[in-house]
Amino acid sequence: MEKSICLYFQVHQPDRLRQYRFFDIGKESYYYDDFANRTILRRVSDLCYLPANQLMLDLIRESKGAFKIAFSISGSLIDQLEKYAPEVIDSFRELAATGCVEFLAETYYHTLASLVSPDEFKAQVTMHSKRIEALFGKRPVVFRNTEMIYSDEIGAMVAGMKFNAMLTEGARHILGWKSSNYVYTNAINPRLKLLLRNFNLSDDIAFRFSDRGWSNWPLTSDKYVTWISNALAKDEVVNLFMDYETFGEHQHASTGIFQFMRYLPSAVLSQTNFKFCTPSEVCKRHQPIAPLNVPFPISWADEERDTTAWLGNELQNEAFNKLYAVEKRLNKLKNPELTANFRKLQESDHFYYMCTKFFSDGVVHGYFNPYETPYEAFINYMNILSDFLLRIDRVNSPRNKQD
Amino acid sequence: MFGWEFPPYISGGLGTACYGLTKGLANQGVDVLFVMPSASGKEDQSAVSIINASDVAVTESIKNIDNFLEKVQFLRIGTNMIPYVDPVRFSTLVGSRRENQAEDYKIKLGEKYQFSGKYGENLMEEVARYALVAGEIALKYDFDVIHAHDWLTYMAGVVAKKLTGKPLVVHIHATEFDRSGQNINTQVYDLEKLGMKEADMVISVSNLTRSIVIGKYGISPEKVVTVHNAVDFENYREMDGERGVSEKIVTFLGRITFQKGPEYFIEAAAKVLRQYPDVRFVMAGNGDLLNRSIRRVAKLGIATKFHFTGFLKGADVHRMFAYSDVYVMPSVSEPFGISPLEAMRANVPAIISKQSGVAEVLNHAIKVDFWDIDAMADAIHGLLAYPALSNFAVKNGLDEVNSLKWDNAAAMVKDVYVRLIRK
Repeated sequence: MEKSICLYFQVHQPDRLRQYRFFDIGKESYYYDDFANRTILRRVSDLCYLPANQLMLDLIRESKGAFKIAFSISGSLIDQLEKYAPEVIDSFRELAATGCVEFLAETYYHTLASLVSPDEFKAQVTMHSKRIEALFGKRPVVFRNTEMIYSDEIGAMVAGMKFNAMLTEGARHILGWKSSNYVYTNAINPRLKLLLRNFNLSDDIAFRFSDRGWSNWPLTSDKYVTWISNALAKDEVVNLFMDYETFGEHQHASTGIFQFMRYLPSAVLSQTNFKFCTPSEVCKRHQPIAPLNVPFPISWADEERDTTAWLGNELQNEAFNKLYAVEKRLNKLKNPELTANFRKLQESDHFYYMCTKFFSDGVVHGYFNPYETPYEAFINYMNILSDFLLRIDRVNSPRNKQD
Repeated sequence: MFGWEFPPYISGGLGTACYGLTKGLANQGVDVLFVMPSASGKEDQSAVSIINASDVAVTESIKNIDNFLEKVQFLRIGTNMIPYVDPVRFSTLVGSRRENQAEDYKIKLGEKYQFSGKYGENLMEEVARYALVAGEIALKYDFDVIHAHDWLTYMAGVVAKKLTGKPLVVHIHATEFDRSGQNINTQVYDLEKLGMKEADMVISVSNLTRSIVIGKYGISPEKVVTVHNAVDFENYREMDGERGVSEKIVTFLGRITFQKGPEYFIEAAAKVLRQYPDVRFVMAGNGDLLNRSIRRVAKLGIATKFHFTGFLKGADVHRMFAYSDVYVMPSVSEPFGISPLEAMRANVPAIISKQSGVAEVLNHAIKVDFWDIDAMADAIHGLLAYPALSNFAVKNGLDEVNSLKWDNAAAMVKDVYVRLIRK
């Protein structure tokens, strides 16, 4: 039996919004915190993207192409990299040139539009695919939705856009007794294959690696590889999907995460019969075993593995609904500047900051959050949205325009 | 337990907190003897036995005055200001004072002292006499732990401890630094420090206060524990706030003093009104900064939209909350701060300063730095302009304040008692 290990990394940074007071509404229409965005981007580039890309490149060369990985890079990040750290894009290009790296499609602005607006969703996916093709020379054939959000309908929509496969979470409440370590298909359109994240093995690296309270700390490549070969003796595919920022940013270099990664490929290749495969290769090597029914959207976030991290309380729903309520009017205006703002305001991160779940749990939420409380996040976002809506009104009725 | 006030006659949060705590302690099976300088007889004694210090005569329980003064020689009645003197002169001075003091006690022997129980001009004298009576009470009654609330009663607590050897807990509801900023009354500070030093355990109402106790009074951190206050809404009645104006109302309610930060509220109000005229601001309360506040409002030209009510009490406080759409507590330094909880209980979303102890226990209030009037104005505007925000804050805020129970606080206080008794 052929066995595959599929490493996929999500690479994304949001366009953080500046502190926007209500005094600014109707006067100032620049919404982004350039300083924070640039500072964070430079930091993450130095701590993670550049050293991690170098490591991946070395591993591919040393293994003579036996080590393979996949990325999806959000358009929000690509735009910022171009502005603040173009050398990172060059290093991704270098990786692309090895032929061992697959770049996946996603939504350009890390949007949640797949939940409410098929038109906006498709427009952003197309925009992203074009951009990836222009940068790396290949049009993506595998899709990965924002935050791994997936449902039967979203899958059908993605299948309709001619993608072969889609990545999502191996959520326990969806799988039941089934294993995430096989290829499945969409319940509506069986042409779309599904690769499911093995959250235990993925989170061992992404979340638990440096946790000294964890019984398996410290985690070495050898130990990890025995888990893969023992636990998955009968299974076919292990999908390790995680944030790329795991390397050097979430898990600091001093935790040994780079050393772990450095020895992982050789350990896998020498001690197991697993092969590294890109998502496209996994789809070719393995036959799907069953369709998977996912009537309600799932994601890779929190214990619930649903969409409540972004749309789980009244604040989030209000901001989200008010934003999408203007979509049709905006499309008629065909104003590129307003459309660009509309899309950046869709980034899932803005809604994540308004999550109130972390009052009870969610250590992770705090880590990624530039606001002290969800209330601040909501007020800031709504101030910006108020200005944005005002601008649409003014364009609609130019006679009311104020100086 | 030594306190200064107890409902129904209260001037601030101290009496309310004592009432809630004693009720909670009663539920925990702790019997409380509550000593206060001047009881009216109208106090709710269902959970505590009230001892009115005005009814207690200093009698022969303190037979040997020299022995008594040996133990409580820090206790002075009247003013005890001693100017800078050299050590020799100082010792003779103290010696003669000691004699005078003994005389003083002899004269008072067998007399009752009528305490006003207020915070008037003779406060220092009342504090000292209260301590004297406390000695009497301490020898007369049987108890396991002495618990003193705020500096007015620390002297009483220390006297009781010296005479009986029972462990002393002092409870910090506010420090002199909260009341006066950096310009502290050193006499009060000394009394506070004395109480904390002599105490076996110090309870602070917030971590904010705890850090002041440790940092500014030099008390060992192991000795100081935080027990957050709670609220008692058992007899709460909803009030209908039918109003005469169409605009939304933003309220400040509290003493108009340095500690409460009224000026930040005024500046934030002016900022909001400049952009969002459909709102009125109310400053309810009285205090030494009232006149200055009125002048500032006039100077900013917002007096038609900014109103002063003067001091409110009882039902008027509830009516004010029922009238309000947003409650702001911009305190510069607030050891705890019960009023935002009352606002939230009345379905009014609250904005509180980060420099308040209550900020440590609330998630569903908007927190700003007291000096950040931009953030304050923005939060006020947000609550007025985005209904989803105020609805969310109201709904979750109500659940949150209803979960702050005195029983939980009392259980923590009881733990402190138990630990001290075991020692």
